[in-house]
Amino acid sequence: MNALHSSLLELIRRTSAEIPDDVQKAILDALEQEKKGTIAESALKIIERNVEMAKQKSQPICQDTGSILFYIDCPVGFDQISCEETARDAVREATRKGYLRQNSVDSLTGVNDGTNVGPGSPALHFHQHRSAEIHVRLILKGGGCENVGAQYSLPNEKLQADRDLKGCRRVILDAVLQAQGKGCGPGILGVCIGGDRATSYEFSKQQFLRLLEDRNPNPELDGLEQDILQTANQLGIGPMGFGGKTTLLGVKICAANRLPASFFVSVSYMCWAYRRQGVTLDPRGEIVQWLY
Amino acid sequence: MAVLNMIPISIPISEEKIRSLKVGDSVAISGVVFTGRDAVHKFLHQGGKLPPGVSFAGGILYHCGPVVIKDEQGQWKVTAAGPTTSIREEPYQAQIIRDFGLRGIIGKGGMGDRTAVACQEHGCVYFHGVGGAAQVLAECVKGVRHVYFLKEFGSPEAIWELEVKHFPAVVTMDAHGNSLHKEVFEASQAELARHV
Repeated sequence: MNALHSSLLELIRRTSAEIPDDVQKAILDALEQEKKGTIAESALKIIERNVEMAKQKSQPICQDTGSILFYIDCPVGFDQISCEETARDAVREATRKGYLRQNSVDSLTGVNDGTNVGPGSPALHFHQHRSAEIHVRLILKGGGCENVGAQYSLPNEKLQADRDLKGCRRVILDAVLQAQGKGCGPGILGVCIGGDRATSYEFSKQQFLRLLEDRNPNPELDGLEQDILQTANQLGIGPMGFGGKTTLLGVKICAANRLPASFFVSVSYMCWAYRRQGVTLDPRGEIVQWLY
Repeated sequence: MAVLNMIPISIPISEEKIRSLKVGDSVAISGVVFTGRDAVHKFLHQGGKLPPGVSFAGGILYHCGPVVIKDEQGQWKVTAAGPTTSIREEPYQAQIIRDFGLRGIIGKGGMGDRTAVACQEHGCVYFHGVGGAAQVLAECVKGVRHVYFLKEFGSPEAIWELEVKHFPAVVTMDAHGNSLHKEVFEASQAELARHV
């Protein structure tokens, strides 16, 4: 077993069992906010206990270990083909060990071969950079939250959403309303304004690589992020849709250029079981640093 | 699990007990539950039969696709077992409640009007588990009694017969036509109208 294989296996184990510090902090803050004795508070207490137990037992935080999304920054000359093969092997082994559920189904035959490896799974996104470092980030995104994602094409007459930031705000808040508790709230939104149908969703998911407490360098988007977060938390949807103060833990928005004819707003929803981790690897594939 | 202020529910459940529950009640469920999700619902809806000796009557169907591994002794062990989103079963649920005599569904996110009506007509409630809380809920699973349709549907979609103890849940749809999901949706929709 080579070093890259072991490192990726450990990355998968830790991503599945341990919530990143920024998310755990946000959950604890939310627990403080909720009214004592409500079912919202009791749901958050179970969530808090679950986070601790998963870490301690090194078992999946959520049984839906999700779509397996790797984001890899690599130097010029890096062998992407063998990295991809190693990642697929690491996923097979992680599944045998129970770090991942047998979670990948052939869409035509309905067969789940129990390996988690097949067309589109795992998904690897390579990005070359002019640095010698290798960063591998991993997101495990469950189906409940994936199913409540939404893509809007503006203008949207029903929601009175025009092609401007006010229109974007309306559709993003509509996505929060429609999601209610179905995506395992309190959730986190990743949003892309613009792009084509595919890139728009893709960029919206990449927003989940950001830290919850970071701020958007673009003042307009930063304003929109804060506004959506505050407004969503006044709707009373609450943890699991039980009613309560915390509907969202964070909102992250980016913008991509669009065609004159198109104006998409893509909203990806991440559940509270926000599984995101990353490592810096040395050229041999050994872990030198954890990124979250 | 802390069971203070939680109403104990033992399976099989009587119709009288089910009709005494109301939206907002916290419960601790003990007994034998069956998992069943997308493939099982479609199968039963299309006239599929449960394996000989298996009955849902008076029981609970849990919308869950657990992580289950075989330990060194060859015993099944549930290592993660939270609820999956229930609304996908809305096209099938009412019929399955009626035909199989279910008294309870455990899931997350709530269900729609047809299921609410079936709960009212046949005496069934919807118990909401905490989505994502796979470890806390797996700890309430004390044993795996059987598994059915493992080969046909794959592990997450199989019917797992599980023994649970003090499984925590909240009644969010009762047998009197009330739904917390409907209430929260309507209130949040009205609130949103004030902000856009």
